[in-house]
Formats: sequence, structure tokens, C-alpha cells
Amino acid sequence: MTYGCAIVPSLHALANPQRFLKIARPLTPGLFWLGAALVLVGCWAGLTRTPPDYLQGETVRILYIHVPAAWLAMGGWSGIAIASIALLVWRHPLAAIAARAIALPGATFAALCLVTGSIWGRPTWGTWWQWDGRLTSMLLLFFVYCAFIALARADAERGGDGRIPAVFGIAGTVLLPIIRYSVVWWNTLHQGPSIGLTRSTIDPAILWPLPIMLAGFSLLFAAIVLMRMRAMLALAKAEARMRRMARA
Amino acid sequence: MTAKRQRLVLVLLALAAVAAAALLALSALKDQAAFFYAPSDVAREGLPLGRAVRLGGMVAAGSVRRAADGVTVRFTVTDGRATTPVTFAGIVPDLFRERSGVVAEGQFQPSGLFVATNLLAKHDEKYMPPEVAGAMHETKSLEQ
Repeated sequence: MTYGCAIVPSLHALANPQRFLKIARPLTPGLFWLGAALVLVGCWAGLTRTPPDYLQGETVRILYIHVPAAWLAMGGWSGIAIASIALLVWRHPLAAIAARAIALPGATFAALCLVTGSIWGRPTWGTWWQWDGRLTSMLLLFFVYCAFIALARADAERGGDGRIPAVFGIAGTVLLPIIRYSVVWWNTLHQGPSIGLTRSTIDPAILWPLPIMLAGFSLLFAAIVLMRMRAMLALAKAEARMRRMARA
Repeated sequence: MTAKRQRLVLVLLALAAVAAAALLALSALKDQAAFFYAPSDVAREGLPLGRAVRLGGMVAAGSVRRAADGVTVRFTVTDGRATTPVTFAGIVPDLFRERSGVVAEGQFQPSGLFVATNLLAKHDEKYMPPEVAGAMHETKSLEQ
């Protein structure tokens, strides 16, 4: 009796790369186009259908990009952490590939979050950058993403099984609660959380395109991760074939 | 205990150890990691003299006074429990206004006056359209 089967039956069913590809191949374009459509609708709504903020004016619209980017940067690292645990504990054969596939879009969204935040900060706070708790911890997450990308690539090139980057992936998880609670624990220039589980301090008239953008960017993220996983599997297959041909 | 279960326990222990290490480091950082002093911190801990610090809080209602030279502005920063007088010579940020958050960079004088060399506006977590804000705030968005 294996605990892995009982805890993650669906993950276990995908352990076979062929079965994974059979599901991922038709899923990728569906996720991509639905995500792209939602992002387009969200952009249109956010740019034309919502009022400006009473203090920030039109710059408030940056939140429709900034907030999904921040959530996906943190969600991406959660994915890397889950994949790392699946690799270390259950030796899931796709976990290392999943973690590597997530790292690049995750880093991109972390960078997007930092850049949009900086563009918003200049007119709102009067500064492009300050070493405050939220900004610094988010910048650290970006650097940790970059380190993970380098480490996982080096590990894969040396024929490693992804266990070393997985340990790094678990250690990096410590940043997630720090980013989330930085604005609560410390005095920061960044404002406190606007959106909780049950309530939001953003007026509904301004808030409503945000879930559309969030869903759209999440679907795009998932589609990109599936594309990258498929590309990595195809590359591994091609390399194995080349090795076989070289031996023959 | 199967090998799989052993690895699961090890990973969970590693996660707990990392979280505990981070919590220890963060509790040690508690004061240093603060971006600014609040007026009540200053009242409790005494004036941090002779070094550059940041002071943050709300600009007290009715406290903003502009000097005759046109660039110097004096106001009071409050956090509800204590207040600190601040003086600043320069261009204030667009979002600087009474009853709004502010972070001032500068130094305390022995008299308790804070001489700011730079002002940052601090936005709060509330976002609303001007017509909703109108009921609560007399301020309006810059374009209007």
C-alpha cells in the first residue's frame, strides 16, 4: 500500500509521460485561447469600463496587471514547491520537468510585478523604488527564481534527477509567507492587503475586472507550463533517440 | 515504515525547520526591517538623534502650513496615539494631503521637530471611484 497513491491519485495517474501527453496535447490550446480571451476582455473592461480612483486617478488601472502578476509569481513558486515534494517523496517522474517548466513563467511574472509596481509607485508614492519589506521580499523571490532556473538547468545538463533543485525549491518556499505578511508584520511603504478571503477594500466598481484578469493570466500560465513540459519531454525523447542511433 | 513514508516525514521536517529558522530570523529583524518609525514609536523609545530615519503616519487634519517662502511646508504626523511636528522644504508628492498617509525621510532635532529631506506619499488599501469617495472625502482626483 503506497501513501502516494492514496494522497494524490490524480497526480499518480499522470506519472506515465504518454498518458500525460495524451491529456496535455488537447488541453494546451484550449487553456491558451480561453486565457487570452479573458485577458483581452479584462483589459478592455479595466481600461474603459471602470472609474478612476479618487486619489490615484487613472494609475489605479495598473492593479489589473500588477495583482495577477504578483499572485502568479507566488502561485508559481507554490507549484515548484509541490513538484519538489512530489519529486523527493514519491519520485514522480514528471515533477522535475514540471518545476523547470514553471520557473521561467514564474520569474517573468515576478519581474512584471516588480516593474508594474515601480511604474505605479512613481506617481503614487513619489519614488520608483524603496527598500521596504514587501518590495524587497518580492525582489528576493525574483532572484530565487533566477537561481532555481540556473540550478535546475545545470542539474539537468549533468544528467541529475532534479533532487538538488527540489531541495532548493522547498527552501525557497519560506519567502511566500514573508511576502504575504510583510505588510502586516512591518511598517511598509506598500499598503496592507486589499483583498482578503471574504472582503475587499477595493470598491466593487473598480474590483470587478480583476477576477477576469486573474483567471485569464492563470490559464495562460497553465498553458505556457504545459507547452514547456511538452517541449522538454520531446527534447528528452529526441536526445534518447540520438544516443541510440549513435550507439547503433 | 516504508521508504516513501520516511521521505515524506523527512521533507515535512525540513519544511518545519526552514519555517522555524525564518521565523527566528524575522523576529530578530522585527525592528530593523521596519520601513519607518511611527510617532508612538518615537514617544516610546525616545528620539533617534544623529542619524537619518523615516517617520510615517497620517498627516493630521488642518495641520499643513505653507511658509511665506513658498517651498517650506510644516505639518503634524499622527498615528492616533502620538504626534510629531515635521518641516520640509521642497516639492511635495501629488498625493500628499491631509488625512492621508505620508513617509518622511530626514532627521530629528533635539527639540523633537523632524526635518525631512524627502517626502513619500503612502497609499492605503482602499480604492474607490471619486463619486463614492465624495461622500467621505472632500478631496478629488487630480484631473477634476
